[in-house]
Formats: sequence, structure tokens, C-alpha cells
Amino acid sequence: MIRAWLTQHGFVFFLTLKRLISTPVTSLLSIIVMGIALSLPAGIYVLMQNLQVISGQTADSPQISLFLKLDMTQDSIEKVNQRLEENPQIQTIQFIPKDVALQQLQQSAGLTDITASLMRNPLPDAFVIHTLENSTEALEQLRTVIQSWPEIEHVQFDSVWIERLNALLDLARFAVLMLATLLSIAIIAIMFNTIRLQILTKRDEIEISKLIGATDSFIQRPFLYFGAIQGLAGGATAWLIMALAIRTLNEELVALAQLYRIDLQLQHLSSADSISLLFFSAWLGWLGARISVASHLWQIEPK
Amino acid sequence: MITFKNVSKRYPDGYVALNNVDLTVESGEMVFLTGHSGAGKSTLLKLIAAIERPTSGTITISGQNIAQLKPAAIPYMRRKIGFIFQDHKLLFDRSVFDNVLLPLQISNFDNNTVAARVRAALDKVGLLKKEKSMPVALSGGERQRLCIARAVVHRPAILIADEPTGNLDVEYARDIMTMFTSFNQVGVTVLIATHDASLLEDTQHRILSLKQGKLAA
Repeated sequence: MIRAWLTQHGFVFFLTLKRLISTPVTSLLSIIVMGIALSLPAGIYVLMQNLQVISGQTADSPQISLFLKLDMTQDSIEKVNQRLEENPQIQTIQFIPKDVALQQLQQSAGLTDITASLMRNPLPDAFVIHTLENSTEALEQLRTVIQSWPEIEHVQFDSVWIERLNALLDLARFAVLMLATLLSIAIIAIMFNTIRLQILTKRDEIEISKLIGATDSFIQRPFLYFGAIQGLAGGATAWLIMALAIRTLNEELVALAQLYRIDLQLQHLSSADSISLLFFSAWLGWLGARISVASHLWQIEPK
Repeated sequence: MITFKNVSKRYPDGYVALNNVDLTVESGEMVFLTGHSGAGKSTLLKLIAAIERPTSGTITISGQNIAQLKPAAIPYMRRKIGFIFQDHKLLFDRSVFDNVLLPLQISNFDNNTVAARVRAALDKVGLLKKEKSMPVALSGGERQRLCIARAVVHRPAILIADEPTGNLDVEYARDIMTMFTSFNQVGVTVLIATHDASLLEDTQHRILSLKQGKLAA
């Protein structure tokens, strides 16, 4: 029983491949159209993933500056240092005494005159710490804790750009979703029409099959397979288009990366994402075929 | 095997094809159905295969009421019947072999036995050497025989033929009638609609004649 079922499906699978190959130009064009349509949202998604990786690298251990109140005793500085050391979230601690800070300021070009004219050192002692976590919530929480210590005048950390980038990535994600939805509908429409034409040309076969006892699912099967296989091929094409684009972009990026002395290489979709893309495109093709079959097949009744 | 009770068929345009038909075909019987064109022969055959639905009356095949069959059950009922259509209904985009294969594919036959079955059916109608040909390359008589092979390949209990000798010359027609007789001899119930009087001259089988939608005695 299972073997009969398998041979039946195997037969339909090869029949579908044969049908695809028998009209090479039409099949190829449909597959390319689907591939391009899919590669747009998938391509933006790939860029986003890469941006996220880059932002993750840079924001790996965010830096927080703690400015102590002016005229803190050595004793209270020690206390702050001890509390920081006890905090498991903090990776590294660096103390910058106010004298050192002033020296650094004096070394900065153009500021010598200003610093020389100062009556006394206006700078506070400071700590610079790096944290383990980089999520905005965790950082915000740490800031609140440290801010509550009596020795601390001000806690400053540059999370704004991370927030901005994340907001931008959220926006991009939304754009990808919108684009993917629209293009998915387009792919379903393309498949709907392709299958509609096929049903029209296979009218005789459908009618005869019905006359000699074919069930609806038997008649539908080749069309659904066709949709799924063509969808799968479209997904594979999208993947190849992206692979090609990424290779080309990476060649260009080498020069840029050398200028900035950073490691800048775009990565393709992860294998899990690649499989998802293929499944999704196959499903889209199947869905378009399913809708088309449902709306056209009942019209063909033997007479 | 096949029973009609008060069966009438009126088409939407008001034309009455069958009018209160009662008939019984026993299992293993061979029956001819005659009458002028338009007498309702084709309609009667189509009612048996549930291609048409009766306006009133009941049709039972092996105890199953065809008129009340759910649409999903119709395919399985049709597999019990081998139908030879007046207009052949062959698939011209596939070979002789593949045309005969179709009923087996539809009823999910085991792959190991299908090729043997197809060849056995083709052998019975004398087309074994043409299994790779396309239907276009066949003569009228060969096409008719191909239809017969396709109708019997899944070994149906009932064989129905609508004008099987339609435009064939006498010799071909006789060949084909011999085939039907041999199927009947192995127990298949055979129902043949024809207006060809020469076929009926020396038959010992029952002849039902339809006149304007009514069975004549």
C-alpha cells in the first residue's frame, strides 16, 4: 500500500520534471521571475543580518564612563572600585584620575591655552568600565544601579547609536516583511496563471481521467507538484542570485575594508535560513497551484 | 448487476432522453442496446457510469444506488466499469502503452504488475507490437482496439461500449465483436449500444431496443 503510494508520487514527480523540461524556455523564464522576486526581500534580509553582525561586533562590550563627584577621597574611590569589581556584569575596570585626565586634555591639540588658563583642575575622577552584556535593557539597569551610588555624579554610556541602529534594523525588518508579502502574492499570482493555462491545455486528459475513475486528488497531484517544484527552483535561483551578488560585493568591499582596517565580508544566508527559503518558495508555488486547481478543475466535468 | 427502475432523464432544455425505463442486466450477461440515433442509447450508458444523473428513478449497480452516490464515491464506482467511448477519448500526447496504463495508474496498481497487465491487454486486442506507437499513427480500427484494451486492462466487472463499430468495415467490426464475446465468456457483463443492424443478425444475446426514450418490448 505504502509502496504503491510511493511509486505513484515518484511517478508524478518525474512526470512533472518531464513537463518542466518539455517547455524549457517557459519554465526557465517563470523560474527566473520567481527567483528575482524572491531574491529582493531575501537579499535585504541578508544585508540586515550582516549589519547586525557588524553592529554586534562593535557593540560587543559597550563602554560606560562613571564620573565621580568632585573632591572625592581616596577612600570613597576605593569603595566604588570594590563595588564595581563585585558586579558580575562588568568585564573590565579602568580608573582615570583627574590629573591624568587633565594631562590628556592638555595633549589634545588646540586646547593647551585653555587648560593653561585654568585656576584648578575642573575634571572629576572617572572610571571606564566594559560590560559583558550589550542589550539596552541590561545596560539601562546597570546605569540606574550605579547612578544611585552617592559617590557618582554622572553615568554616561553611548547606547544611543545602538538604539538608533536597532530602530533602523527594525524598520528594515518591517520593510522586508512588507516586500516579502507583496512579492509572495505576486509569485502566487504567477503560479495561479501558469497552472490555469496548464489545466486548459490538459483539459482532455483531465476529462478522460475523471471518466475512468480518477479521484480529484489524483488529478490535482501533478499540478500541485508542478507548483511546488517550480517554486523550489525559483527559491534556488534566488539563492544563486544572492550568492553571485554577495561575491561581487565582497570583491568591492575588500578595498573598503583595507582602508578602514576592519574585517568586512558579507556572509550568505545561514544553512537554516537557506532551507527555510527553499521550503517557503516551494510552499508559495504549491499554494498558487492549489488555488488555481481549486478554482478551475471543477469546471471540467465529463459530458 | 445493473437495474433501472422508472428511470427518466430530462435535459435542462426540456428534451426527454429517457422516459420511465425499467431494465435488468444480469451478472455475466451480454446485452445489445439498439435504436436510432437520439433514441437515448448514449444517455442510458452515461447514467450507468454516473456521467449523467437521472431526473427520477433509481439505478443500482451491484446493489449500489448510483443516483444517490456522493461525488467522492463516483471515481471508485467508475473503476468497476470499463467504458468504450463513441469518440474514443484517447490521449494523443502519449504512447499506446501509456494510454492503456492510465486506468492502472488511476486505481493505484502495484508497479511490478502494471507493465505485464498492460501488455496482456494489448495482446488481447492485437496491438502488442504497437505499444510504443502514438495514437495518431494508428488506423481507425486500431484506435478502437486501443480503446478496448484501455477499458479492460483493470479487469472491470462491467464492460460498456458506445457504438464500438461506428465507422469500421464489416471485417473489423466482426473482429471487435469476437473480442467482446470472449470477454463475456470469462464472466464480464457486457453492454453494447449500436445502431449497426448487421451486428445483431446472428446473435444469440438479448437485444434491447430503445424508441424515443422508451424500451420497446
